[in-house]
Amino acid sequence: MADQPLVLGIETSCDETGVGIVRGETLLADALASSVDEHARFGGVVPEVASRAHLEAMVPTMRRALSDAGVTLRDVDAIAVTAGPGLTGALLVGVAAAKSYALALGKPLYGVNHLAAHVAVDRLEHGPLPQRCIALLVSGGHSSLFVVEDAGRTVTPLGGTVDDAAGEAYDKVARVLGLPFPGGPPIDRAAGDGDPAAIPFPRGKANDGTLDFSFAGLKTAVARWVEGRERVGEPVPVADVAASFQEAVVDVLTRKAVAACRQQGVDDLVLGGGVAANSRLRALAEERCAAAGIRLRVPRPRLCTDNGAMVASLGVELVAHGVTPSDLDLPADSALDLDVVSV
Amino acid sequence: MLLLALDTATPAVTVAVHDGERPRAESTVVTRGGQQGELLAPGIARVLRDAGAAPADLTAIAVGVGPGPFTGLRVGLVTARTMGDALGIPVHGGCTLDVLAWASGLAEPFLVATDARRREVYWARYADARTRTTDPAVGVPADVATSEPVVGQGAALYPEAFPAAREPVHASAAALAELVVHRLAAGEPLLDPLPLYLRRPDARTPGPRKRVLPADHPAPA
Ligand SMILES: [Zn+2]
Repeated sequence: MADQPLVLGIETSCDETGVGIVRGETLLADALASSVDEHARFGGVVPEVASRAHLEAMVPTMRRALSDAGVTLRDVDAIAVTAGPGLTGALLVGVAAAKSYALALGKPLYGVNHLAAHVAVDRLEHGPLPQRCIALLVSGGHSSLFVVEDAGRTVTPLGGTVDDAAGEAYDKVARVLGLPFPGGPPIDRAAGDGDPAAIPFPRGKANDGTLDFSFAGLKTAVARWVEGRERVGEPVPVADVAASFQEAVVDVLTRKAVAACRQQGVDDLVLGGGVAANSRLRALAEERCAAAGIRLRVPRPRLCTDNGAMVASLGVELVAHGVTPSDLDLPADSALDLDVVSV
Repeated sequence: MLLLALDTATPAVTVAVHDGERPRAESTVVTRGGQQGELLAPGIARVLRDAGAAPADLTAIAVGVGPGPFTGLRVGLVTARTMGDALGIPVHGGCTLDVLAWASGLAEPFLVATDARRREVYWARYADARTRTTDPAVGVPADVATSEPVVGQGAALYPEAFPAAREPVHASAAALAELVVHRLAAGEPLLDPLPLYLRRPDARTPGPRKRVLPADHPAPA
């Protein structure tokens, strides 16, 4: 065990300051500081507020991770950090911190892709990734399908959203229903008491033969439906709207994920991203994968949302396979391409 | 003593190593804005190499705490704080306007004004190079216009408000290091490495939700 790489991962691409420590496939620490409460009253993440919070949280979160893992910085074999995609100002705090630790300690630095890290985190939950698998990544910023090979070291995009990310649609629909930000958890809870077949909301791009998604039309359809009820003075059945909206989202997501597996001749599907913490998405994915003979891997919700452990987990793969480390002039890239796994 | 000093609150990404007597190495790159994230760490590696020192030889860190554009300022602060954490050494803050004032060497009253973007300047008044007489502030050039000497990029950007420009234009880490060494020796208090933002984040609480149905839309059946 001790000869497996010990990697420290830093994540600051959005509103979570994460420091994770991983040895091989073993999660040793997953320290997190979130600024989500500071964004709630603005109805969305405010980049400057997130960046300020990252600066304040960085050293305390690092200290907590080291103490949880029972290791010192000297023990660490490499420092990995999210280099993109994400909010520029937020990414810069983590990237600068990672460089500083790497430089001060004389350790190699790995700038990694946030999306590939969302997939690599599943190593910590279900062991080594299959040689080839499909990943469905859904969050407030992304809705993407891609092929993952070599345990996350090679990534090829298959499709993505043409407008809103799924998590963005959740936030906007939550607002329409008077539910708090972020919208995912309250809609998931409300939907538990509703009828998913109550309202036939549109499934954008469901049958267009591509592996792309569209959620903007769905979001608008929900707003129109709710306003229609309000206009005639009728109460809005929040649970039914939430359940019907959620069903439309997860129906398309799971249908296309299964189609991607078929198209690529792959029998393994990995879910990741904040929306993968959604109970209905997990349930329907399980049902459809079972019916299609696909093995489904979904990390526990805590590892689906942004964290430092996912960055460390991908870092372990890069170290173990002798991938060239990043230079100290590594840039933070808010629009880092999906197929660039390490910079 | 071996002090690493760095400042990213002005367009200069500047790093120096100081041994308590004199600067041993300095690296300053003036950018067009941005790029602190790419330039700072290589700059630190370069000055350490030029000074013939390893990171573990450092005994303290000094960082310019601004005021300055937020994104670049934070790169300097998080770098200083994490390096202090990694090496287990203290991190001292210095006001970036004081660094410019120190480097000017002026013995008469003057103003320091730097670029705060949005047609504003960060500024403070000084009795001489070592003595600040007002708190750092942000404002429009016309409100602080003066015929006294003005140090910093503000004078170059707004000559109508600040006709008497003086050197230097940007901060230098060697000056920051000297300032901090001087204050430590004199037993004067130093700042914590906390950013001087002077502005609140741009963020508005959302108004009423935008309607998607037109006002004359018929009620659904
Ligand atoms: Zn994410």
